[in-house]
Amino acid sequence: MSAVSQDTAVSTGRVTRAFLYLVLLLFALFYLLPLYVMAINSVKPLDEITGGNMMALPSQWTLAPWRSAWSTAQIGVEPTGLRPYFLNSILMVVPAVAISTIIGALNGYVLTKWRFRGDTWVFGLMLFSCFIPFQIVLIPMAVVLGKLGLAGSVPGLVLVHVVYGIGFTTLYFRNYYASFPTELVRAAMIDGAGFFAIFWRILLPVSGPIAVVSVIWQFTNIWNDFLFGVSFGGTSQPMTVALNNLVQSSTGVKEYNVHFAGAILAALPTLFVYIVAGRYFVRGLMAGSVKG
Amino acid sequence: MAASAADFRTRLQDWLPKLVLAPSFAVTLLFVYGFILFTVVLSFTGSKMLPRFDWVGFANYEKLFALPAWHTAIVNIAIFATLYIVICTVVGLMLAIFLDQKIRGEGVLRPIYLYPMALSFIVTGTAWKWFLDPGIGLERIMHQWGWESFSFTWIKDGEMALYTIVIAAVWQTSGFVMAMFLAGLRGIDNEILKAAQIDGASNWQLYRRIVIPLLRPAFLSAFVILSHLAIKSYDLVIALTGGGPGRATEMPATFMYSYTFTRNQMGIGASSAVIMLMTIAAIMVPYLYAELREKKA
Amino acid sequence: MRAGLKTTMTALAMLAITTSLSQAEDVEVLHWWTSGGEAAALNVLKDDLGTKTIGWVDMPVAGGGGEAAMTALRARVTAGDAPTAVQMLGFDILDWAGEGALADLSATATAEGWDKVVPTALQAFSTSNGQWIAAPVNVHSTNWVWINKAALDAAGGKAPETWEELVAVLDAMKANGITPLGHGGQAWQDATVFDAVVLGMGADFYKAAFIDLDPAALGGDQMAEAFNRLIKLRSYVDDNFSGRDWNLASAMVINGEAGMQMMGDWAKGEFLKAGKVPGADFVCIRFPGTQGMVTFNSDQFAMFNQTDAAAQEAQVAMAKAIMDPAFQSAFNVVKGSVPARTDVSNEAFDDCGKKGMADLAEANTNGMLFGSMAHGHAAPAAVKNATYDVITAAFNGEYADGAAAAAALAEAVAAAQ
Repeated sequence: MSAVSQDTAVSTGRVTRAFLYLVLLLFALFYLLPLYVMAINSVKPLDEITGGNMMALPSQWTLAPWRSAWSTAQIGVEPTGLRPYFLNSILMVVPAVAISTIIGALNGYVLTKWRFRGDTWVFGLMLFSCFIPFQIVLIPMAVVLGKLGLAGSVPGLVLVHVVYGIGFTTLYFRNYYASFPTELVRAAMIDGAGFFAIFWRILLPVSGPIAVVSVIWQFTNIWNDFLFGVSFGGTSQPMTVALNNLVQSSTGVKEYNVHFAGAILAALPTLFVYIVAGRYFVRGLMAGSVKG
Repeated sequence: MAASAADFRTRLQDWLPKLVLAPSFAVTLLFVYGFILFTVVLSFTGSKMLPRFDWVGFANYEKLFALPAWHTAIVNIAIFATLYIVICTVVGLMLAIFLDQKIRGEGVLRPIYLYPMALSFIVTGTAWKWFLDPGIGLERIMHQWGWESFSFTWIKDGEMALYTIVIAAVWQTSGFVMAMFLAGLRGIDNEILKAAQIDGASNWQLYRRIVIPLLRPAFLSAFVILSHLAIKSYDLVIALTGGGPGRATEMPATFMYSYTFTRNQMGIGASSAVIMLMTIAAIMVPYLYAELREKKA
Repeated sequence: MRAGLKTTMTALAMLAITTSLSQAEDVEVLHWWTSGGEAAALNVLKDDLGTKTIGWVDMPVAGGGGEAAMTALRARVTAGDAPTAVQMLGFDILDWAGEGALADLSATATAEGWDKVVPTALQAFSTSNGQWIAAPVNVHSTNWVWINKAALDAAGGKAPETWEELVAVLDAMKANGITPLGHGGQAWQDATVFDAVVLGMGADFYKAAFIDLDPAALGGDQMAEAFNRLIKLRSYVDDNFSGRDWNLASAMVINGEAGMQMMGDWAKGEFLKAGKVPGADFVCIRFPGTQGMVTFNSDQFAMFNQTDAAAQEAQVAMAKAIMDPAFQSAFNVVKGSVPARTDVSNEAFDDCGKKGMADLAEANTNGMLFGSMAHGHAAPAAVKNATYDVITAAFNGEYADGAAAAAALAEAVAAAQ
């Protein structure tokens, strides 16, 4: 992989460049706006929100909503805040992301370096799983999980997320490995290296960029999933379900500042992943999924 | 003895790749195609609250197409998907091209463009709803800032509410599309561009004639990702308008969910799901076919 | 290191499994009272069970007045992993009973004499085929109007008792430059107002149209008039109403921006939380023309079949605890609703609460207690949602007149049955 080239051959004049910066900054404002609204209202007392301007800075700054959302707000009958649900989400996300990424890598390896008759059909069939609307699988999935004895448990949730994640991860790794020279694999085979040895020694060391794409994609989707979490999480509900319980109340008083604080808290892990791994993300996309 | 062991090893090596792939394939057959078959069967039954297997023929489909809300949902998804895909692609491409001009601060701008993809709409829905609400959001702020005649009431207007969903959807994914195009741009060989410039091509011509055609794979990936997000759009609609005003922003996904799970008319819900799946297949199968066949050649 | 991590993960996963299986002495409770005061109110029940050494495994799922919880419930039951006790409303209880999924509480009910203290109209949802299948926690009544006292005084000061007086007050408020009717444009809120309008046309008409689903009543002249009234009410709502949460509409009445709100008794919590005093700052009246009548919805707890004897005992204990008059009082004081038994002392309740309890008892005695269509206590979910479609469309001005809306209503209800 060559380093990301910052170089374009296009030369631009001063006015054009000013225009470019203006457009880019305006879009940055557009993207930041909802986050600003959430952040600024999470540090206001409630009466300032209901009575005031949603864009205005607080006249009285307070961190109480954050403390409440984290550790004292009522989630169900327990005033625990969101804190205990973080562990549930992590217990679900980490194995699900790891397993689906590993399976995707192996599948991509087989589909590009150990091709067999009908492999494109197999791949095409697997790819369609990316497009299935999750609402329709709810009931049959409940039947299957019940039969497996995994209903209402973290392993059950991990299974569900792996099943509907491998379509994407296989796609990413397959496209990435397709551009990897097959000759190197052949040479290793002639040297007597086995299936796993080749994968381990030759493919895996260069898989960094696409692994980042796969992990980011899976992490985001699984962390933000609500439907599966609420249906199959049982009493080990993930973060999103707890957040939903915090912000949705049918006939209760709505504490918007606590809701926003909770919303940002719940999003912190995905934001962290995007900001830290974001620079590798474009590189990974470049190396893999968008190339023919 | 040694020979047969070696023989076994070779045979194992032959079978191993398929063995590795087999679980994923089996899982896909069951959890995707098995479940689709299950849904198709349900759509021909009179299921209400729970699945029940009393055959009713095409009755659910007849009822489905007699419902005005289903027609609204179909029209809405057509408008929404078209606008969403086109605007996301245009905005994403534009930002990618702009960002590719040795922009200072790219490292800061890029995560700003990307982060909305990291947030679920459970999180951002309320913020958007407020912002679009004339009473507390943009309209009121403009009034407070002195622009009294400013009016922005789309979310309250049955005719226009759909477009607010487009705005929020574009906000969420256009940054991601930007990243895909940026990756594509960075993958283009600079020599080609330099050669074209020496031939006297203007910037505009350069992009229109050379760069954009070279981005074809990125366009196709963006199209697949955007169309699947468009068809699945559910959280977005629920968070912003809840399908309203009235049922003006009903979409197939919200329609299906409400009939299956809140209206206890699972048979009708399943038939709408089957229609959705057929639409997805009609879009995706030709695309996949073209893509995969090309690779083989 | 890697192996160590793996073992830890497995151990944690196992821990998660074992904790998710309820122990014999525990009840796992699925409910949607997940935040603020509602959840605190439910804690009263949890603590009460705790004193009887019954553990509480919480399974809260909020959203859409229980819709998300019902989806989760369906997944749980399909997986053969039903929770022990589930908060439910109206026809959902009967539907689950029809599936044979609910435990029979008749023995307890007979021993405790529930049938003597629970209003008959409520029993229609707590019993199926002569068996008790659910324990009602509360009764919310939905035909209330909440009026800002200052705005009412400025508009003549007399609380309206008929439709004509209501229109006069609304007109006066409009002339005074405020939004006469604070309202949120969500299907269930539109339907809540319409319930009251229909009930205001007469109890017999409400029963014929919404409970018996008589096509003649649904599509007839009286229904056309009801829709005309609804359309009339629309003219008193500000332009911004669409999608607004009900509590923001309450806030408009609280701060004098709007004159009144037509909403169930849970709105009272918003007024009290804002430090407003019933009678002095705001007035609660029945929707004009519906004095003596009550449309209700009632939260109940249904018990799902369990094979384990200890789990069944825990269910019985929970049902008893719910029906305990002391709990009914403590819970409903917090929640803003009224007890589901008519023999509970009203001592702990405020003025509006006392009036609610008296109204309920009176309506029950006179046969004027009806399930609310808007809240799923008049007809099954499919029909309820079909009425939502028409009511919301009418409120948003999609029909030429009331007669067209009435015709559409009759058609939609017929199609959903």
